[in-house]
Amino acid sequence: MTDPVMPHMEVGLAPETSLASRLLASRSFATGAIITAVIVAMALVSFGWTPYDVTKIVIADRLKSPSLSHWFGTDHFGRDIFSMIMVGARNSIAVALVAVGIGLAAGVPLGAWAAARRGLVDDALMRFNDLVFAFPSILSAVMITAIFGPGAVNAIIAIGIFNIPVFARVTRGAALSLWPREYVLAARVSGKGAARITVEHILPNIANLLIVQATIQFSLGILAEAGLSYLGLGAQPPMPSWGRMLFEAQTMMAIGPHMAIFPGLAIIVTVLGLNLMGDGLRDALDPRLRGKG
Amino acid sequence: MNYVKTGKILVSLAVALMAATVLSPASAFAAKDNIVLGVALEPPNLDPTSNAAAAIDEVVYANVFEGLTRIGPNGEVLPALAESWDISEDGKVYTFHLHEGVKFHDGTDFNSEDVVFSLDRARGEDSTNAQKGLFKAIESVEAVDPSTVKVTLSSPQGGFLFNMGWGDAVMVAPESAATNNENPVGTGPFKFSKWNKGSSIEIVRNDDYWGDKVALAKAEFRIIPDAAAATSALLAGDVDGFSNFPAPEAVPQFEADPNFALVIGSTEGETILAMNNKKPPFDNLKVRQAISHAIDRQAIIDGAMFGFGTPIGTHFAPHHPAYRADLIDMYPHDVAKAKELLVEAGYADGFKATLKLPPPTYARRGGEIIASQLREVGIDLEIIPLEWKQWLEGPFKAKDFDLTIVSHTEPMDIGIYANPDYYFQYGTDEAKAIMAKLDATTDTEARYKLLGDMQELITKDAVNAYLFELAKIGVWNAKVEGLWTNSPIQANDLTGVKWKD
Amino acid sequence: MSWFIARRLLSLAVTLLLATVVIFAVLEIVPGDPARLMLGINATDDAVATLREQLGLNQPVLMRYLSWIAGMFQGDLGHSFTYGSPVAELIGERIVVSLPLALMALAISTAIAIPVGIYAASRRGSATDTAIMAVTQFGIAVPNFWFALLLVYFFAIFLRWVPAGGFAGWDEGIASGFRSLLLPAVALALPQAAILSRVARSAIIEVLGEDFIRTARAKGLTRRAALWRHALRNALIPVVTIMGLQFAFLLAGTIIIENVFYLPGLGRLVYQAITQHDLPVVQGTVLFLVGFVVVTNFLVDITYAWIDPRLRRRGR
Repeated sequence: MTDPVMPHMEVGLAPETSLASRLLASRSFATGAIITAVIVAMALVSFGWTPYDVTKIVIADRLKSPSLSHWFGTDHFGRDIFSMIMVGARNSIAVALVAVGIGLAAGVPLGAWAAARRGLVDDALMRFNDLVFAFPSILSAVMITAIFGPGAVNAIIAIGIFNIPVFARVTRGAALSLWPREYVLAARVSGKGAARITVEHILPNIANLLIVQATIQFSLGILAEAGLSYLGLGAQPPMPSWGRMLFEAQTMMAIGPHMAIFPGLAIIVTVLGLNLMGDGLRDALDPRLRGKG
Repeated sequence: MNYVKTGKILVSLAVALMAATVLSPASAFAAKDNIVLGVALEPPNLDPTSNAAAAIDEVVYANVFEGLTRIGPNGEVLPALAESWDISEDGKVYTFHLHEGVKFHDGTDFNSEDVVFSLDRARGEDSTNAQKGLFKAIESVEAVDPSTVKVTLSSPQGGFLFNMGWGDAVMVAPESAATNNENPVGTGPFKFSKWNKGSSIEIVRNDDYWGDKVALAKAEFRIIPDAAAATSALLAGDVDGFSNFPAPEAVPQFEADPNFALVIGSTEGETILAMNNKKPPFDNLKVRQAISHAIDRQAIIDGAMFGFGTPIGTHFAPHHPAYRADLIDMYPHDVAKAKELLVEAGYADGFKATLKLPPPTYARRGGEIIASQLREVGIDLEIIPLEWKQWLEGPFKAKDFDLTIVSHTEPMDIGIYANPDYYFQYGTDEAKAIMAKLDATTDTEARYKLLGDMQELITKDAVNAYLFELAKIGVWNAKVEGLWTNSPIQANDLTGVKWKD
Repeated sequence: MSWFIARRLLSLAVTLLLATVVIFAVLEIVPGDPARLMLGINATDDAVATLREQLGLNQPVLMRYLSWIAGMFQGDLGHSFTYGSPVAELIGERIVVSLPLALMALAISTAIAIPVGIYAASRRGSATDTAIMAVTQFGIAVPNFWFALLLVYFFAIFLRWVPAGGFAGWDEGIASGFRSLLLPAVALALPQAAILSRVARSAIIEVLGEDFIRTARAKGLTRRAALWRHALRNALIPVVTIMGLQFAFLLAGTIIIENVFYLPGLGRLVYQAITQHDLPVVQGTVLFLVGFVVVTNFLVDITYAWIDPRLRRRGR
C-alpha cells in the first residue's frame, strides 16, 4: 500500500505434474520460505519468551548501542529493540494475515459467484471492483483509521477491504476460463448445481492461483501495516509495531541510528522473503513463467 | 546504436539532470534582514479575535496586531496602542490615552472609534471571540475624543490591563474586521504578505509604522509539525530557528554546535496527568493519591523530555514567587505506598482504565512511561491517541475520559480548580471560597498566601497528578538575537529581532 | 471504437457517482461537531451555535449532499472549515506541488527501469540478470518512507546538497522548486522503478519468444536488431499500462512521503484535513483524487484498445 502499484501477477493454470518437486528445485522458493519461517518462528516464540519485557520502561538503559546483552540496542525508553522486533513481527503478521483472510473470505465467493452467474451479478461485481480500485488505498486506509480510531483492528479492516476486489478479480478470471472446460460441462450435464460445481470442480483447480495471490497480498499487507503504524494509525503502545518504531526513530537518527536501521531491515527482510516465496510458487505452478516478472 | 548504449545514455542523462538541479546555486545567501522561523502548528486562520488557537498568536501577536496593552518577554504589562492610562479610585474606570498618528496597514486611521468597535465586537452578543471572558467585566466603552477612550467595568478587576494585552483583545478596524481571517490588517510593525497554505506564512516590514521600525525586512513562519522534520530543517539550514523546538532528544546535537544558540526558558505550561474526579474509581481520593505516588516524575522528564522540564508538585508555575515548592514532597515516588492505598480503596487487584493522549511529544511519550509506571502498581491503562480536535470534543468538552495528559499553558490558571464544570470536574466549595477571596484581595502578600492555600488544597486532594513545568526549548542560528527566552504567553514577538554581524 | 469509448465513459460516470455517495456517506459518520472544532478549546457554546448556523450545518443530510453535488458542477467544492478559503482553490495550490512531484518520480523511475529492464532481458539468465533481479526484489521490499529517511540524512544533512524538506513555492524559482522535490521524488521512484523494470524485462522476454521475432531472426536479423526493431515497440504496451497506473497512484499515494518532507501537496492536505475533520476539504480532495485515478485508467484503457483492437470486443 505504501508502494501501491504491484503488477497484477496474472497467473496461468498449472499443468498436472508434481508441484512439490518443482518447489524444492526452486531456489527463490527455498530462500523465501526459510526467511519467512524464521520470522514466523520469532513471532511465535515471542508469545512465550522474549529476551526482555517489551512493556517495561527503564529510562536508565535508554539508547544503548547494539551489544551482547542487547543485540539490536535499546530505544529511547530503554526497551530492548530485538525483543520489540520479535513482538512487532507478531503484530505485522497478524494484521497482514487477517487482512488476507478477509480478502479471501469475501473476494473468492464473490468472484466465483460472478463467474457462475455472469450477467447482472457479474456487472455489479465489476462496478464494485472499479469503485474500490478508484480509491487510492493508502488514502482510504488513513480515512478509515482516522474515523474509527487508530488501532490494529481498524488497520486490519482498512487493509482487508482492499484485498476483496483483488481476490474477487483473480477468482472470477480463473473461474471464467474453467467453466467452458469439458469436465465442468460434464458435471453440468449430470445435473449438478452451480454452487456444487464451484466447490467441487472450480475452486480446487484455482487454489494454487489463490495461494500465490495470497502470498503477494500478504507481503503488501506487511508494507501497508508499516505505513499506517508509521503515521500512528496502527497498533497502539505498549504493543510494539515496526512502523511506529521507525516513526520514533526518526528524531533519534543522530543519537541512535540503530533505532531506525533494525526495524527497517525487519520489514525489508520479511517482505523480501514473502515475495521470493511467491515468485517461487508461481514459477513452480507454471514453469512457462519461470524467470519472469 | 545499440540498446546498451541507449541505456547508458539514459542513465547518464538522468545523472546529469540530477547533478544540474543539485549543483545550481542555492537560492542565494540569505540577506541578513530576513528570518525563517519554524512553527509546529499551522494557524486555522490569522484573526486572533476569532479563534483560541495559540498558533494564530504565534504569527500575528505584536507583529501584525497590537492591543491597547501588550505583554512583554517576562510577563509584564507594557503600553502599546495606549501610551498611558488612568485608573479611577474605585478601580472601575480605565481611561486610555492613545498614540496619535497610528494607521492600519490599509491606510485607514486608528482612533478611539476603532477601540470602541473592537471591544464592543469582542464582547457583543453574536461575537465568536473564543475568550469572551476577558471582556466580561466591561460595562461600557466610550470614545471621549479621538485619542481618549473610557472603559467602565462593572466591578474592579485586578488583571484587566493584562487581559487587554491578550491576542484576543487586539485592535481591529471596522473596514477590515470581516476579512482578517485571510488577510489580517492590523497596526503592527509588520504587514501580512502571503500565506502558502500548509507551508508558510510571510510578513514584511511596515514602513509606515507609528513606533520604532523593526530591523527585519521580512519574516517567514515555516509550518513544520513533525519533530523529525524540524530537526532536519534546522540542521540543513532551511529554517533559522524554532522558538519552541519540538524534539528535545535532538538538543545535544545543537548544544555541541557553535552555529546554533540553545536557549532554555520557562513557560506557563503545567503538565499534568488529569483525572476525571467525578468518574469511579477516580472519584476516590485514595485512588488518586495512589496514582500520585505511583508516578516517577524524574523518569518522565528524562524519558519523555530528555531532561527538559522542572518537576512540580502542584498546579502552579515554579518561577512564580507564590509557588509552594514544599508540596512536591507530599507524594514522593513510592510504589509500596501506592499499592497500599489501592488496597485501602478496595482495589487490591488493581483495575483497568483508559489514558487519552493529545498529539504533543510530552503527552504521547509521557503517556507510555506513565502507563508503564502504573502497571507496576496494578493499574492497567489502555492508551488512546487523539488528535487535538478529538481531544477537545472528548475529554475536554464531553468529559469523556479516565485519565489524560495535557499541559495547561495559560498563565495564572489555578482558577480552573474552582470551576466544577471544568473537564477534570473538581471545583469544591472550599476551592471556590479561596478563589472568591482572592478576587477581592489586592494586597500582594495576602494574595500570595491565598494562592499558596489553593495550591495546598488541590495537592492534598490529589485532584490531578502534577508532573512538570514545560520548558521552552529555543534553538536558533547563533547570529540571531532578540527572540524571547521565556514564554509568558504563546507568541513570537519579532519586534526586537535582528542579525548580529 | 466509439462504442467501446461510450461504454467506458458510462462506466466512468457510474463509478464517479457511486464514489460521491460513498465519500459523502462515510464522512457523515465522522463524530465531532465541526463548529466546535473550528473555534477551539475555550469557545463558548453561544459562539459554537452561531457558527453552526453560519455554516449551514443544521440542514438535513440529503439537502447537503445535493447542494454539494450541485456546487461541484459549478466548480464550487465548498469552503474549508479550517482555512475558510474555497476547497477548489486549496486543491489548485497543492496540485502544483503534487503533480510535478508525481511526474518527476515517474520520470526518474522510467529512466532507471527501462534501460535496466532492457539490459536484463537481453542478458536473460546471466549472472548480471540474476543480480539485477535480486536488486529489484530488494527495491520492492523497501518501505519508501524508510528510504526517504536515509536519503534525508545523507544528502540533506550530511552533504547539504538539497533541502531536507519544505517547499518555498515556484515563485522562488524553478531550480529551487526542483531541488525541493528531488529527494521525495527519488524516494517515491525507487520502489516503482524496481517494479517497472521487472515488468519491462518480462514484457520484452515474452515478445522475444513470439513468432514474428522468430521470423525476423530467421530472416537474418541479429538478436539485437530484432530486439530494437520489433520487440521494444510491442513490449511497450504492458509497460505503458503499468506507468499509467503508477502515475495515478503516485499522485494520490504520496501521503506518507509528503509528511516526511513536509511538502504542501495534496497528500498532506488531505491527511491534515482528515485529522482536523475538515470535511469539505476531505470530500473535495478525495473526490478529486478518485476522479484522477478513474480518468487515468480510462485513458490507459482507450490507449490500450487503440493499440490492440482485439481488446475492444472483450468486456474488460
